[in-house]
Amino acid sequence: MAPILEVRNLSHTYSIGTPFAHKALDNVSFAVERGEFIGVIGHTGSGKSTLMQHLNGLLKPEIGEILLDGVDIWSDKKVTRLSRFRVGLVFQYPEYQLFEETVYKDIAFGPKNMGLKSAEIDRRVREAAKLVGLTEAQLEVSPFDLSGGQKRRVAIAGVIAMEPEVLVLDEPTAGLDPEGREEVLSNIEDYRRSKNATIMMVSHSMNDVARLADRLLVMNDAMLAMDGTPEQVFTRAQELVDMGLDIPEITKLFLQLRKLGLPVEPVFTMEQAIKVLRELKEGNANA
Amino acid sequence: MLKDITLGQYFPGNSVIHRMDPRTKLVGLIIYIVALFTATSWLSYGIMLAFLIVMVALSKIPVKALFKGMKPLIFILIFTGLLNLLFNGGETVLVAFWKITITLEGVIRAFFMVARILMLISATFLMTYTTSPIQLTDGLESLLSPLKKIRVPVHELAMMMCIALRFIPTLIEETDKIISAQKARGADFETGSVLKRVKALVPILVPLFISAFRRADELATAMECRCYQGGEGRTKMKLLRYRRRDYFAYLILLMLLSGVIVAASFGL
Repeated sequence: MAPILEVRNLSHTYSIGTPFAHKALDNVSFAVERGEFIGVIGHTGSGKSTLMQHLNGLLKPEIGEILLDGVDIWSDKKVTRLSRFRVGLVFQYPEYQLFEETVYKDIAFGPKNMGLKSAEIDRRVREAAKLVGLTEAQLEVSPFDLSGGQKRRVAIAGVIAMEPEVLVLDEPTAGLDPEGREEVLSNIEDYRRSKNATIMMVSHSMNDVARLADRLLVMNDAMLAMDGTPEQVFTRAQELVDMGLDIPEITKLFLQLRKLGLPVEPVFTMEQAIKVLRELKEGNANA
Repeated sequence: MLKDITLGQYFPGNSVIHRMDPRTKLVGLIIYIVALFTATSWLSYGIMLAFLIVMVALSKIPVKALFKGMKPLIFILIFTGLLNLLFNGGETVLVAFWKITITLEGVIRAFFMVARILMLISATFLMTYTTSPIQLTDGLESLLSPLKKIRVPVHELAMMMCIALRFIPTLIEETDKIISAQKARGADFETGSVLKRVKALVPILVPLFISAFRRADELATAMECRCYQGGEGRTKMKLLRYRRRDYFAYLILLMLLSGVIVAASFGL
């Protein structure tokens, strides 16, 4: 099957032609298959956010192109506008963009801009709200009366209600408590499953991306440094550390165990770790 | 992007003008403006222009930056120029057709008017380019401090100005972010009738105001945590002190002013 999203030789420079010119993306290329969950990691200023803003046509590539379903999103004005709805972008701290009087109206802002009929808008708003765990009663309150975590989920619902085929999220769990993080992450998984949507998530939490993502993109100094499964990426632990990035806690533990002489391969999630350790224990008992 | 606005932005540097006391620069600007409005003749305008050129050269501010800042004022300049050119009585008619008469006096008048505005703006920019906002408010506070006697809250005013200047770039950045976020939800700011476009601003303004209030609240708390209680009994780490170059600057400025006044009274 053809990839849903393809980025070809993308470069971008901010404030071009001034003394403040700054290269944010340098010849980045990759393709995303339908239904994939992609984690994007990289330290601050590595170009992740700039990359995300290119995917739905908020920023225009200086060089290169972005193909959505094989069509360049900048080929036509209408295509650009439509790509905003097909690729939903959730910014960092999205709760700061809430503005309506009620939660319902705020979630309906996106679908309304799409020009949908009111019955369809209503269906989408209720479905999105349910998916992120908001109650019917909460739909009628002001978004400013909700807690931080709830506001975040309202903002995410506002993008989900546009039912994008690709959902792009820039650090969706930043600043939330552990419970809030888990809820938001499971909302994202639920959306992916219910719509067979593609997810791209920027995150600083190696534990989260190791657990959720099928594939990882590692950005470093405006370039795509690595592209592969979590196994492939985290095996290159030393390179990641040199880029100022981290590896999952459990991987660190296993690397340490190996140093101490235990015959284990590095793992990336808690489930894998339990399995490996159990096998090891049983193996020792049998021997 | 909104970020690229440069109007009156501080240009860090270490020239004589940069190091001058902000009070000297503030008073100097006022003296310069008074002299500029006293000047009437080619000679006095020439002196004023020469003075300005020397100052710009001393400050090492790129001339390009000075002109770049004037772009938004082009309309006012053209308007003033035309007004003076067309609606000025005078004897020596140069061009006359339909209802328009252009006289030699009008041309000279328009030229002086535009030159005056240009010099005024350049001098003001020269001050804001060479003085950081903090120095500027410090200088202003110090100059206005006699007004404390008649219970004008000078320190509070200066602090408010300082904070306002500090938050301009932050708010611009924030606005950029909100615009992008609402665009990602399909908001359309570029098409439609005037009314529709004004309505389209609501999704930007509401979050912007909320965040401004939140920031103000946080800043106030942070200031109180560091025991800020207004200007009462507050000392400064960097005291403003006049140095030799400041006295020298005052001397030159007074000579400039008196020179122009004398020239004006002799009709030169």
